[in-house]
Amino acid sequence: MVAWFEQNGLLLGLALLDGLAYAALVFLVAVGLNLVFGVLRILNVAHGSLYAIGAYTAASLGIALAAGGLGPWASLVALVVAAAVVGAVLGPLIEGLILRRIYGQEEVLQLLVTFALFMILEDVQKLVWGVQPVHHDAGLRWLGTVDVPFGGDVIPFTAYQLYVLPGVALLTLAGLAWFLRRTLTGRVIVAVTTDREAATAMGIDARRVFLLTFTFGAALAALGGALSSPTAALVPGIGAQTIVLSFAVVAIAGLGQIEGAALSALMIGLGRSIAVYFAPEFEVVMPYLIMVAVLLVRPQGLFGTTETRRV
Amino acid sequence: MRRAEPLLALAAAAAMVVAALAAPWLKFVLTIALAKGMAALGIMLLLRAGQVSFGHALYVSFGAYTVAFLAPTLRDSLLLLPVAAAMATALGLVVGLFVSRYRQIFFGMLNLALSMVFFSLLEKLYHITHGTDGIRVALPTMLGQALERTSFEWAIFGVALALALLFGWFARAYLDAPMGQALAGIKTRETRLEFMGVPARHVLLSAYVLSALMAGCGGAIIAMTTRHVTPLLAYWTASGELVFIAILGGAGGVIGPFLGAVTYELVRVYAAAILAEAWQAILGTVLLLVILFAPGGLWGMLAALFRRRRAA
Repeated sequence: MVAWFEQNGLLLGLALLDGLAYAALVFLVAVGLNLVFGVLRILNVAHGSLYAIGAYTAASLGIALAAGGLGPWASLVALVVAAAVVGAVLGPLIEGLILRRIYGQEEVLQLLVTFALFMILEDVQKLVWGVQPVHHDAGLRWLGTVDVPFGGDVIPFTAYQLYVLPGVALLTLAGLAWFLRRTLTGRVIVAVTTDREAATAMGIDARRVFLLTFTFGAALAALGGALSSPTAALVPGIGAQTIVLSFAVVAIAGLGQIEGAALSALMIGLGRSIAVYFAPEFEVVMPYLIMVAVLLVRPQGLFGTTETRRV
Repeated sequence: MRRAEPLLALAAAAAMVVAALAAPWLKFVLTIALAKGMAALGIMLLLRAGQVSFGHALYVSFGAYTVAFLAPTLRDSLLLLPVAAAMATALGLVVGLFVSRYRQIFFGMLNLALSMVFFSLLEKLYHITHGTDGIRVALPTMLGQALERTSFEWAIFGVALALALLFGWFARAYLDAPMGQALAGIKTRETRLEFMGVPARHVLLSAYVLSALMAGCGGAIIAMTTRHVTPLLAYWTASGELVFIAILGGAGGVIGPFLGAVTYELVRVYAAAILAEAWQAILGTVLLLVILFAPGGLWGMLAALFRRRRAA
């Protein structure tokens, strides 16, 4: 054990750091998906496309700002701006134009509508940004690297991935928890999640809540994408990859759970990066294995409650 | 409309043969459409129970890879097909015993997860599966006869057509039987089924195994028609495509999935020819329009037309 640690300690440290940064991104996307699912009861397949569009928009905006002569700090600001813009534009557009027409329809149809949206957005993204990799990491390089002490060794790691990503994720987690539990709008959202009919009967305008929640969820997906853009080159297909991962997080966490999403994102992030360093052939399988294992033990997800049997 | 189903199916089959004779390239498209229609028929059975599987590409790809692996030893397509079907059915039984405990999103997500695990294995175990390059399938024989390419394509088209009719007939009988009727009970209120002494899990499991069998056959036909298999057959978008086809056709009758599959493949071919970069967006738009304006699918539209004709 000790000998193993001496040999692989550095790798393990890197895996943990990488996993943490990755978990932060996964959390941002998955919590948005979970929120939308909890309120609208629609599993939004197009959520991954919003992630991809957020990422591409952030990269393009960063490149444009850099070309305009602004410093690398502008690239960092661009990340948040891009996410907000994508959320504010595409969120209401999708909800108001399409989703609104299918509330109350069969679940399968709702799922398929978002699948159709996914297909459309995937091509739109290819038409706008092409199929060549897009990469812009001025902000990440500007922040530099930090030497992380780990078991007597030192691991150089980018400050962006060490501080910014987990920081934003934690802020989002705390902000969401506060918003949903302490503000009126937040409590209304929770009320609709728990019992839509009762909430509507109390005079809550469910349509407004749906619009708000969907826009917010879209912005979170775009934020996850935007924040991921400096860490890797963007290629077609990232949306499809991200959405299945977020599905796994939601299934592990259970419906409408914020803290649950954080914990399962952490499990998946760490599990994946440990696989990347120690068993690379299992990298893609890892999240699903974790999910299957969790659902074997707890069929309703880690934090989900069992539905009472209706007769 | 229901009574006319067998006649309509035979007429459609005849129309397909004529179309394939008139335009040889259609033969390939229609064979693929029939194969996907079989898989979508299985999805339709599960939809009857209100369950959406977002992972049936697992069985399609499993059938396809079985053919690819065994083609050098078994050689004959009429041996490969039943073996692939048996393998897919066995896998469906094992997986079904596990997933039939789950409902709704958990059912969908578990199927998705397992198909993605298989996809990753196909992609990563390079020394066995050749990764993303895939495996080329040599031209199989038919009933021991070594055929040249065109005749073989005709033969496999015929096999696909016969299988599609067989599965359609069987699914119809199954849905009429108590076992199939109970599927609707899972959708509305499962507890009531249990009160009647009908084990819901077994009902769902039977439909699930049946759907795996159909998807496996579809996969085997796809492998023998395209003669090249890649991990993309197992990717989650391929599973989504199957659900798409089932909904596009309409879950009302057993012809629906095949109608959906033929429409899907034709739209895809023409969309790719006209706007190569946006074929996916075109398909998505078609799906969106169908769901928004004809939730019963193409079959539902036809049935409505038919009823109006009767009434007039």
